[in-house]
Amino acid sequence: MSRVKALIITGLGLNCEKETAVAFEAAGASASKIHLNDLLKSPENLNEYHVLAFIGGFSFGDHLGSGTVLANRIKHGLRQELESFIDSGKLIIGICNGFQTMTRLGIVPALKGLFNQEVALQHNDCGTFRDNWVTLKVEEDSQCVFTKGIHVLPVPIRHGEGKLVAMDDETLNQLEEGGHVCLRYADPVTIEPTQEFPMNPNGSQNSIAGICDKSGRVFGLMPHPEAYISPFNHPHWTQQKINGTLPEEGLGMQIFRNAVQFAEAELL
Amino acid sequence: MIYRLEISPRIGMDDPAGHTVQKKAKSILSYDLNKVETAEILTIDANFARKSAEEVLKEIVNPVLQQGVIGAFEERTFDWFISVGFLAGVTDNVSRTAREAIRDIIGRPLTEEEKVYSSREYFISSPNLKKTDIEHIAKDLLANELIQSVAIMSFEEWKHNGSPINVPEFVATEEPKVDFINIDVSDDELMDISNSKTLALQLDEMQAIRDYAINNNDPEREALGLKGKLTDAELECLAQSWSEHCSHKIFAADIEYTDAEGNVETINSLYKSYIKKSTFEIGEQVDWLVSVFHDNAGVITFNEKYDLAFKLETHNSPSALDPYGGAMTGIVGVNRDIMGTGTGAEMLVNVWGYCLGSPFVDSSEVPEGLLHPRRIRDGVHQGVIEGGNQSGIPYGLGWEYFDARYIGKPLVYCGTVGILPHKQHGKSASLKTIEPGDLIVMVGGRIGKDGIHGATFSSEELHKDSPVAAVQIGDPITQKKAADFLYEARDADLYRFVTDNGAGGLSSSIGEMATECNGCYVDLAKAPLKYAGLQPWEIFVSEAQERMSFAVPAEKVDAFLTLAGERDVEATVLGTFNDSGKCHLVYNELTVAFLDLDFMHGGNPKLQLKAKWDAPVFEEIPEEFESEISDDIHELLASLNLCSSEYKARQYDHEVKALSVVKPYVGVEADVDSDASVFMAEPMTQEGFVLSNGLAPSYSDIDTYHMTASIIDMCLRKIVAVGGSIEKVAGLDNFCWPDPVESAKTPDGQYKLAQLVRSNQALYDYCKAFMLPCISGKDSMKNDSTRGGKKISIPPTLLFSAIAPMKDISKSVTLSSKRAGDYVYVIGETFAELGGSQYASLKGYVGNKVPKVNADEAKKIYKQVHQATDAELVHSLHAPAFGGLAAAFARKSIAGRLGMEIDINSIPSDDLSETELLFSESNSRLVATVAPDKASEFEAALAGVSFAKVGVVTLDDELVIRQGKHIVAALNLENLVKSYKKTLDGV
Repeated sequence: MSRVKALIITGLGLNCEKETAVAFEAAGASASKIHLNDLLKSPENLNEYHVLAFIGGFSFGDHLGSGTVLANRIKHGLRQELESFIDSGKLIIGICNGFQTMTRLGIVPALKGLFNQEVALQHNDCGTFRDNWVTLKVEEDSQCVFTKGIHVLPVPIRHGEGKLVAMDDETLNQLEEGGHVCLRYADPVTIEPTQEFPMNPNGSQNSIAGICDKSGRVFGLMPHPEAYISPFNHPHWTQQKINGTLPEEGLGMQIFRNAVQFAEAELL
Repeated sequence: MIYRLEISPRIGMDDPAGHTVQKKAKSILSYDLNKVETAEILTIDANFARKSAEEVLKEIVNPVLQQGVIGAFEERTFDWFISVGFLAGVTDNVSRTAREAIRDIIGRPLTEEEKVYSSREYFISSPNLKKTDIEHIAKDLLANELIQSVAIMSFEEWKHNGSPINVPEFVATEEPKVDFINIDVSDDELMDISNSKTLALQLDEMQAIRDYAINNNDPEREALGLKGKLTDAELECLAQSWSEHCSHKIFAADIEYTDAEGNVETINSLYKSYIKKSTFEIGEQVDWLVSVFHDNAGVITFNEKYDLAFKLETHNSPSALDPYGGAMTGIVGVNRDIMGTGTGAEMLVNVWGYCLGSPFVDSSEVPEGLLHPRRIRDGVHQGVIEGGNQSGIPYGLGWEYFDARYIGKPLVYCGTVGILPHKQHGKSASLKTIEPGDLIVMVGGRIGKDGIHGATFSSEELHKDSPVAAVQIGDPITQKKAADFLYEARDADLYRFVTDNGAGGLSSSIGEMATECNGCYVDLAKAPLKYAGLQPWEIFVSEAQERMSFAVPAEKVDAFLTLAGERDVEATVLGTFNDSGKCHLVYNELTVAFLDLDFMHGGNPKLQLKAKWDAPVFEEIPEEFESEISDDIHELLASLNLCSSEYKARQYDHEVKALSVVKPYVGVEADVDSDASVFMAEPMTQEGFVLSNGLAPSYSDIDTYHMTASIIDMCLRKIVAVGGSIEKVAGLDNFCWPDPVESAKTPDGQYKLAQLVRSNQALYDYCKAFMLPCISGKDSMKNDSTRGGKKISIPPTLLFSAIAPMKDISKSVTLSSKRAGDYVYVIGETFAELGGSQYASLKGYVGNKVPKVNADEAKKIYKQVHQATDAELVHSLHAPAFGGLAAAFARKSIAGRLGMEIDINSIPSDDLSETELLFSESNSRLVATVAPDKASEFEAALAGVSFAKVGVVTLDDELVIRQGKHIVAALNLENLVKSYKKTLDGV
C-alpha cells in the first residue's frame, strides 16, 4: 500500500466521496473518507495525511451561498490545524463545492495570507445550474503542482455558482501575474481561452476555471476531474474507439497522479 | 431580540436573482421590467446580543459579492416592493441551515423557542406598472400562495412603513386530545363524514368501519374505554390504509369485463391476474429475481457482490398544486424508497419524465383554478433538479411528453436505481425481519402539518377545496444526511428493518412494519415536532418529508442513537414492536387508537366494477397531403414530442458518481437525446446496466392493448440500440389513468376501465412473450380535473421502464452516425401503421392502424442485432419511435453532423405509401450504420430477419431521401439542427 495518504472530507451534503477516493487509490494513494464531524472531534488527525480533498456536492444545500456554512464550520473547528497543514507544504485540492468552500475560507488564492477571502464563485451568467463537458487549457507557466505536464483537459462541469469573480481589478492582476491561474475554459478546436457560452459555461473572468496559491500546492477548480477517470466517461468515447484514440484511462486521472507523485517525492 | 439580517449584492455587482426575475417576467408574463434588485432576509428571534448578530451577519455575507446590514438598506430607489416568505408551519430549508451556521458561530445551538425565518425581497423599478401588475408578478411568478406569504408596497409605502418583519409564527391553538367520531349514523351522514374530512372513503368502506366500531366485543377495547366508539386517529388511520393510493383498490377489484364480441369474463384483481401472474410464471424459469413487489423497490441480481434495485413513482396531485414542492417531494420520496429497500440500498441514478400541457398554450384555454402548464413545467423541473442534484445523484433518463389533456393533471414520474450488497452480515441484504421487542425508531426530519391527507387526497380528483396542507416541501440535505447515516448504520449492523415514510406517514410505515411481527405500541408524544399544536392523529398521518422508520434491536439502540447524533441526524424512539395483533397508539397515557392489524390491512370491502370494450373508430388518415415531405419532417422535429429539451435537461447533473457511459444526450455536440443510457455500477469498472423506457399515450386513443405492447417493445429495442441484451431485463409498470369507475361524474367509466383491462392483458401477454418480469410498479387512478366547470381527463398513460444488466459496457453503441461511407441499414419491417403517430397528430388525425408487435419476430431481431454489437460490427444504432424512420434518419444525421443518402424503396415493407414508409411508427425496428468492411459479417449476423441496406452516410451537409430516382426530400443539416432545437431552447 502506498504511504501517501489522502483525506476526503465527507458528510453534510457533500457527495463526490466515492469517485474521488477511487481516483486517489487508482493513482496509488490510500484514501480515507472521514465525516467532517468526526474530524472536528479530533482535529489533530489532519496531520496524518499528505493530501486533503474538499470534494463536490451541495454542502448544506448551498443555502446562504455555496460553501458558506461548510467554510464557517471548518473555520470554527479546524482553523489552526488547516493552517499548519498548509504551512508544512502539504497538498489541498478543492473541486466544485470544495473550491467554493476554499474561497469562502480564504485559503486560495491567499494572496494576502490565509483566511481572507479574495475571490468568489458567483451564479453562472446563464442563470441556471448547468451540466456539460468543457475543454480546459492548462497554463503551463503556473506553479500549480496538480496540473504539471497537462496541456489540455476535457472534463465535465456541473454547477450553478461557478463564475469566478475577483474582489477587484488589482486582485485579478495579481492572480494573473503571480501564476495563480492554472486552468481556463477554452475553445475545443483552437484551445484558446473563451468567454463564449457554453464553452465557458459560467462567464468566469478571464475564463478562469481553476486557481492555486503561491506555492502551487493549494488548488481549487470548478470542473470535475474525478468524473473523468474511466475512458468510458468521455461523451465521445464511442467515436474515439472507432478512431483508435480511446485513452487507457480517463484523462482526469492526471490531476490525481500528479498529486500522489508530488507527495511521494516531497512529503514522505 | 429580533434581528433582521438583510443581504444583497454588493454595489457594482450583478444581481443574478434579479436578472432571472426580469427574464421570466418578460418571457412568461410579457412584462418589461427596467430593473429588479433582490435581498435575502434572515429574521432571527434569539436571546443573544447584537454583537453575536453582527458576527453571524459577517460570517454569512460573501464579501466579494455581497453586503449585509442588520435592519434594512434605506438608500434604495425603486417603484414597487415585494416580499415573499413562507406561511406559518411550511418547511423553510434556508432557516434550518441558518440555525446550524448560527450554532457554529455562537458556539451553542439555538433553543426550541429561538426562531429563524427566511424570506426574499424584490425591489422593482418600472414606473408604468400598476399594483395589479405587481400582484400578477408576485402571485404568478414569485410566490405560490398555498405555501408562501406575499407583501406588496409602493415605494412611498415602503419609505413610510419600512421593510416588514417576517415572523410567520405558528400558534398552537389546542391541547393534544382524542376526539370520538359519532359513527353510529345513517349512510348519508357516513358519507358526510368521509367528504368533510377528505377521507376519500366509499359508503361500503364507511359501513365496514361503522360495523367494526359498533359491533366490536374486544375486551381490551372495552378496558381502554373504546367499546362502541371510534377515535379520530382510528378513522384517519383506516382512511389512509384503505386509500386508493396505498391499497390500490381498483387493481384489486373484481371486474366484470365484456369484450368487443360481447363475451363476459370475471377478473379477480387485475394486479394478481396479469402483472403478478406473468412475473411469478417467469420467476419459475429465471434465477435472478431477488425481491419483487413486496418491498419498496424490486430487486434483481447483478454480480457476485451486488444486487440492483429499481423503483418509479408518480407525484401528480401535489405537483398540480405546488409544482416545485410537489415534484421535489416526488424525487426525494422515490430516493427514500431505495433507501428503504432491503436493509438499505444506495442510490445510483435518477430518472424522470413529465406529461404536461403545452407550455405555449394560451392562458384563456387553461381552466380557472389550474396553473398554466408553463408554470407547472418550470416548477416541476426546478423541484426535481434541486432534489436530484442536492442528493448527489445523476440523472440517467429524462423525457417530456405533451398533450392538451395533461392541462387537467400533470404527470410527474420520478425513479431511482439503487445498489445493495448481495449478502451482508451473513444474509441477503434484500431480506429484513422484525422481532417482537425491537424498538420503533424514527429518523430524519420533524413532523409538521405538511402533507396531511396526501394519500387520501391524491385518491380523488382535483377540486377547489383540495387541501393545501397536502403539499409537502422536500429537504434534500436533511435526507442526504439521513442517507449517509443509514449506510453507516447498515454496515455496522445496527438495525434489523428499515422502510421509508411516504404517503400516509407513520401510519403507513409503522402500520406496515407492524405486520412483520404482528403488533406495535407507539407513543406519539415522543415524536419530534416542527412546532407545537399537532393533534395525535395529525402526528400519525402527517407526510412530513425526509423520514425513515427503523426496527432496532434493544441492545443496539444506544449505538444507533449515538451514531445518529454524530451525524447531525435526529433519531427518536417512538415505541416497540410486539405480537399483540394490534396497532396501539397512545399520547402519553391517553389511548389514541387500538386497531386490529388484520382489519387495518384487509378489512376493506373489495370494489365490484364493470368494464365494457367498444373499439373506437376514427377517421382514416389520407394517403397524401398537400405539404412537402421536407416541411413535414421539419415540423415533426420541431414539434413538442420530438424536439430537443436539452435546455432543461442540462440543469440536471449527469455526471456525479463518475458512472455515466452512454449519457442522456449524445453525438458530436451532445445535443440529441439518446435511445437509452448506460451506467457502470461502480466507478472505473466495466460492468454496468442499461436504462430505457417506453411511453405512447396517443396510441391509447385507439387501443390500450397495442399501446402497451408497443411501449414494452419500445423499451426493449432501445436497450438493444445502446448495445444491451434482452436476455435479462426487469420492468416497472407505472399506470396513470383517468378515473375508471362508472359514476355520475364518470359516465364513460366502463370504457375507461376496459382500457385498463386491455392494457393489463397486453402487459401479461408481452411480458411473458419477452420473458420480461415486472419487479415493481405503481398506479395513480384519478387523474381528472373538474375545475372551471370543465372536466379534463388525461389519456390512459402507462410508462414502462426497464433495467438490463450489461456485462461489458465497452460494447455500448450510440445513435450518431460516426463515419462517412458507412452503410445505413434498416432492420425490421415497416407496416401501414400511422394510427396514433406523431405524424397523424401533426395532420390533425388519430387514425385506426395503431402499431402492433410481433413478439417472436422482435425477439429474433433483438438477439441477432445484439450479437452484431457484441462482435463490434456496428458503428451506430438507433431505435425509431416517434416520427418513424424519417425522424430516425434525421436524428442520426444531426447527432453525427454527417449527411445521409437514403432510398426508401429499399426499406423492408410491403406496398406502402411514401408517408407510411417515412412516418409509420411500426415497432421492432432499428437503424444501423456499419463500416463497409464489416458489412458482410454484419449481414451474416442478421440472416433470417427482415433487413436491408437503404443508404450511406455522407460527408455532405444534407440528408437526402430518395424513392428510386425521385428526390422525396433534401434536408440541409444546419436547418435540421435548427428545427430540432428551436422550440424549447431557453424555455
